[in-house]
Amino acid sequence: MSLTALLVDGLTVRFGSFRAIDDLSLAIDYGEVRAVIGPNGAGKTTLLDVISGITRPKQGRVLFDGAHDITRWSESAIARAGLRRKFQKPSVFEGLTVRQHIAIGADVGFRSRLDAPALEDRIGEVLETVGLAEQGERLAGQLGHGHKQWLEIGMVLASDPRVLMLDEPVAGLTDEETERTARLVRALVRPDRAIVVVEHDMDFVERIADRVTVLHEGRTLFEGSMDKVRADKAVVEVYLGR
Amino acid sequence: MTPITRDRPFLLLVALLVILSVAMPLLTGTGLAPSRYLTNAIGQLAAFAVLALALDLIWGYLGILSLGHGLFFAIGGYVVAMYLLKHSFVVTGTVPDFLQFMGWKEFPFYWAGFEFFPYALGVAVAVTLLVSGIFGYVSFRSRVGGVYFAIITQALVYVAMLLMFRNDTGFGGNNGMTGFSVILGQPMGTSGMITALAVASLVTLALVLVGCRWLVGSRFGALMLATRDDETRLRTLGYETLRLKLIVWCLSALLAMLAGMLYVPQVGIINPRVLSPELSLEIAVWVAIGGRGHLVGAVIGALLVNALKFWLSSAAPDVWPFILSGLIVLVVLVFPNGLMDLAKFRLTRPMGPKRMEPNRMEPNRMEPNRMARGIGEARP
Repeated sequence: MSLTALLVDGLTVRFGSFRAIDDLSLAIDYGEVRAVIGPNGAGKTTLLDVISGITRPKQGRVLFDGAHDITRWSESAIARAGLRRKFQKPSVFEGLTVRQHIAIGADVGFRSRLDAPALEDRIGEVLETVGLAEQGERLAGQLGHGHKQWLEIGMVLASDPRVLMLDEPVAGLTDEETERTARLVRALVRPDRAIVVVEHDMDFVERIADRVTVLHEGRTLFEGSMDKVRADKAVVEVYLGR
Repeated sequence: MTPITRDRPFLLLVALLVILSVAMPLLTGTGLAPSRYLTNAIGQLAAFAVLALALDLIWGYLGILSLGHGLFFAIGGYVVAMYLLKHSFVVTGTVPDFLQFMGWKEFPFYWAGFEFFPYALGVAVAVTLLVSGIFGYVSFRSRVGGVYFAIITQALVYVAMLLMFRNDTGFGGNNGMTGFSVILGQPMGTSGMITALAVASLVTLALVLVGCRWLVGSRFGALMLATRDDETRLRTLGYETLRLKLIVWCLSALLAMLAGMLYVPQVGIINPRVLSPELSLEIAVWVAIGGRGHLVGAVIGALLVNALKFWLSSAAPDVWPFILSGLIVLVVLVFPNGLMDLAKFRLTRPMGPKRMEPNRMEPNRMEPNRMARGIGEARP
C-alpha cells in the first residue's frame, strides 16, 4: 500500500474560459485529515467533483493509491473503489428511513451481499458512531438539518471508505453540533484512511485538520499546519482577512 | 415503508379483487350476476388499473414521467388483435376487413405464426423489450431526464400513431382491426367469455399489484426511491443507476403491454387512437389523481376516472374534457398527492389517535411546486 492516498497532478478544469482549477498539484496521505480552505470560487468543491468523478478535468491526473488514474472512471466505479463523498448540500433520500440509508451505503448491489445479521450489526455500529441510534426508523425527510448532515456522513462511512471527502460538514450547524461533528471526524481517523474536508469554519478546521491546503483561483496558495496558515501574509490577505 | 401485513389499503384491495374474481363466475346464471355490460366494464377497468400501475412504478417510485405509455399498451393491443384475427381466420375462414379494403389476397408475410397464442405473446414481449430497451438505454445513458424525457416519450407515441394510421403497413391502418370471433378456440361475445376475460383481467391486476408491492418493499424498491430522490447521490455511493432505471423502465413497459393485451379482446377493436397523445396523458392523470408513489392510489385513480368517463361519455359527452381538465387543476393546486391527501383529512381527523395509518408515505407529500420535480430537474 502506498502512503499517498490521492495524488493530484497538474489538474486543470475549465468552465468555458473560466479556470476553476489551474494546474493544481497536491498529495493527500493515508492517516491524515486534510482541510481544503479558500475563498468562494477557489475551486474547492470543483476539486472534490473531479475526485468523485462528477466533473471531467481538461488536463492532469488524479492517482488513487499511487496506481490508478481515476479521472476517466465513472462516479459509481470511483465510489466502489472506496472513495466516498458527503455533498455540500445535505443529500439524503427523503423517502427512506435512516436505517435504509446506512444499508444502501454499507453494501453496493441491487441485492445485498451481506447476510441480514451482518448488515444489521453494521447499521447499528454506524448509527452509534454518527449518533443517530435513536432515529433509525425515522424518514430522512423528517430529520433536522444537523441530523441530515450526520446521516449523510454515516451513509458514506458505512462502506469503510479509504478516502472520505466531506464538503462543508458543519455548514448551518449550531456550535454544539459543530463540536460533536469535530469529535466525530477525529474519531474516523485511521492509518489506512485519508479524510479530506472542505470547510469555511476556521475554528472547526483548526480542531480537526492535520494539514491545511489553501486554494486561491484554482491554485495552491499555501500548505501547512493551521498555525502557519493563520500567520501567512498572503493567506490573510486573500482569505482570512484581519 | 409500512410492512405488507399492516398495509391495510393494499390488503383490502387485494381481498376485493380476489372476491370479485371468485364471485363473478360463481354467480353466473343466478339472478345476482352482473350484467354483460357491467362485467365487461369491470374487466376493462381492471386492464386500465394494470396500465396505471405500470406508470406509477416508473413515475411515482422512480420519478421518471412517461407521457408515452400508450405505445407499450398499443404494442400489446395490436399483437393480441393480430392473434385474434389470424386465429379467427384459421378457425372460421373469415377474411379480416382490412385485407378486403386493401384488396389483398392473403396476410402479409409477417403475420405468419400469429394464430398461435404463445408465439404472439413472445412477439409482444420481444417487441416491447426491444423498443423500451433501446429507447430507455439511449435516453438514460445520455442522462436525459425530467421534462425532456417526458416530451420525447410523447413524441415517440405520436410518431407511432402516424405510422399506424397508414393503410399500407398491414396493421389495419386508420380503421384498425376488429371482427374478432374466436379466442383460444372458443367463440367470443358469449356471456361466459365476457366473464372469463373480466376474471382474467382481475386476476392479472391482483398478481401485478402483489408483485409491484413486493418489489417496492424490497431493497431494490428502496434503491428506486433513492434514485427518485437524489440520483447523483446514489451514483456516488457506487450504484449503477442506469441499469436500475432500465430494468424498471422495461418492466413498466411490459406491464403496459400486458394491459393492452387484456384490454383489446374486451373492447373488440383496436385502432391508432390508442396511440394518441391524449390517452398517454390520461394515464398520467389517473396516477396523479390517485396519488403518485402509492400503488393502491394508482389503481383507485384509474378506476375512478374511468368509471366517471364511462358514465359521463354517454350521459354528457361534451363536458368530459372539461371535467378531466378540472380534475387535473384541482389535483395540482389543492391535492398534490391526489386522493391520498383526501384520505388523510378523512381518516386522521375524526378517528383521532387510533388512526388507520392511511398514508405513511410522508416523503411523497409534495408541495405543489415539487409536483413538477422529476419533471423539472435538468442536470448540467
